[in-house]
Amino acid sequence: MAAATSVATAKRGAFWPTFVLLAGAAYCLLPVVWLVTASTKNAGELFTTFSLWPSFSGGLTSNLEQLASIRGGAFWTWCLNSLIFAGGGAVLATAVSALAGYGLAKYRFRGRQLVFNFLLIGVLIPGVILAIPQYLLLSKIGMAGTYWSVLLPSIISPFSIYLCRIYATAVVPDEVLEAGRLDGASEWRIFRSVALAPMVPGLITVFLLQFVGIWNNFLLPFIMLSRTEMFPLTVGFYSLMSQGNDQVNVYNVVITGCLVSVLPLLALFLSLQRYWRLDLVSGALKG
Amino acid sequence: MPTTTSRRSSAPRRSAASSAPRRSSASLAPRTAPWLFVAPAVLLATGLIALPLVYTLWLSLRGTQVSGSGLGVRREVFVGLDNYADVLGDSALLAGLGRMLVYALITVPVTMVLALVFALLLDNVTTRLKRFSRIAIFVPYAVPGVIAALMWGFMYLPGVSPFTDAAGALGLPEPSFLGPLSVYFSVANVSVWGAVGFNMIILYTSLRGLPQEIYDAARIDGCSEVQLALRVKVPLIVPGLVMTGLFTIIGALQVFNEPNTLLTLTTSISTDWVPMMQVYRDAFVTNDLFSAAASSMVITGITLVASLGLLRVLQRRAFGEG
Repeated sequence: MAAATSVATAKRGAFWPTFVLLAGAAYCLLPVVWLVTASTKNAGELFTTFSLWPSFSGGLTSNLEQLASIRGGAFWTWCLNSLIFAGGGAVLATAVSALAGYGLAKYRFRGRQLVFNFLLIGVLIPGVILAIPQYLLLSKIGMAGTYWSVLLPSIISPFSIYLCRIYATAVVPDEVLEAGRLDGASEWRIFRSVALAPMVPGLITVFLLQFVGIWNNFLLPFIMLSRTEMFPLTVGFYSLMSQGNDQVNVYNVVITGCLVSVLPLLALFLSLQRYWRLDLVSGALKG
Repeated sequence: MPTTTSRRSSAPRRSAASSAPRRSSASLAPRTAPWLFVAPAVLLATGLIALPLVYTLWLSLRGTQVSGSGLGVRREVFVGLDNYADVLGDSALLAGLGRMLVYALITVPVTMVLALVFALLLDNVTTRLKRFSRIAIFVPYAVPGVIAALMWGFMYLPGVSPFTDAAGALGLPEPSFLGPLSVYFSVANVSVWGAVGFNMIILYTSLRGLPQEIYDAARIDGCSEVQLALRVKVPLIVPGLVMTGLFTIIGALQVFNEPNTLLTLTTSISTDWVPMMQVYRDAFVTNDLFSAAASSMVITGITLVASLGLLRVLQRRAFGEG
């Protein structure tokens, strides 16, 4: 009786949860819609026509042409650099984290807890804080300004190691490792042939998290790099915005550039959605 | 089994902790292999986390001294805690810390409450269009903070803002997004926009991991859907809330990208608006590395105290093993 009443109440009041959630969706999509419409406008129209209505006077084509030609085609170089930093950094970070996570999860050795705590403290140190001393130290050994100066700090990710450890604990059974040892397989071989396969879904998640983290990073490349042709997209756009001269044309180029650079990442996300194992992050996965 | 004679020269060192039946899981595990697995991470963490921190600490205790009269020679010397005294007595840094605090007090609760509400609504049985809303709210995660700040920045600019257009059409006064007070909300809005979706997905995943049977039990007891959400679901996803809350706080304390990018569009944001911006300026613009190092250590200290404090208060439910 009571249950029936409450279900009925829920049905009657059923519109508001949908409505609130749609309001949230609208809030999140609004800037993207604005970006799309703004990129269809030429410099004059940007300031004179209604913001959320696109223009069809060929603004988009000329914006794209300007974007492609700005600073001698720098935009495409920046895209490539972002891809190198995010792709390379995420692959290496995932490899390092998988090894460490597996090692910490599957071996009992003296100093294990010490190593784990040492790595875990890194989660709590603001990455922004580390970028400046990292720059100073890397410049002492002549590495500042190279691709490695951005890649190296991106490879060590305490949070990824933490996630890999939880995942390895949960999915790699001890019995299989023992069986491998009885057969005389080396520890490396056991890892490669037995432990790695079940860890793959977790590793994809770690890769994606790290990829986005590096792709979105600004301060590290901003501090490390000085040559325009090595900038990732974030630093490139910032340098366009802060150069100051001829602002009106720069606005159009930056707006169009933001759109062009956001679209592939969105596509990547939507296509890889089902590989996400975010229960890993939420703590729902019991280790 | 008795046949498990030690194949490896390394003998088992400890097996007391193991609960495996008959054979301890450590019995065959070699001594050096685990170290080889963790070696890359330990080396990288030492070189790129521990060493930079120690170096920052060392720099924060150093300073330059001008000796001799006239032109004098600048020498690097040990100055003890002088830099800390200067930094903590510096009104600019304190003002920056104050602004950061205001920003954090807006950003953290708004992000967490919105993320939790959206996650609960996604998990609610009567909600429709869930897939669309979930993806739409997650979209900002794929947008770099710098680009998010530029997009919102343009939308704050009176000349190009759709809000200004809308207010004009409705005959309302022009909204000011970059005024002395509103700028806090404008900067916070960029961060909230970027962070809500990811936190929502984490919390939603937590909710999906809960056993559904307990909901039926609660419903039979006459629990409404709202009561179910607040009294049953929320307490059960505390670990997820702690984790997301912790990262939101750490993110807020090191805020840099959003105000630094909005700086290119407005004069309401100074170059020392938040502590990290001042650290950057000290280190690279005015070349006062020692002050920058001391400020860095202060921010690191605040972050550690805040995050460890939070974890302790919440009884270490998130990093249970740590």
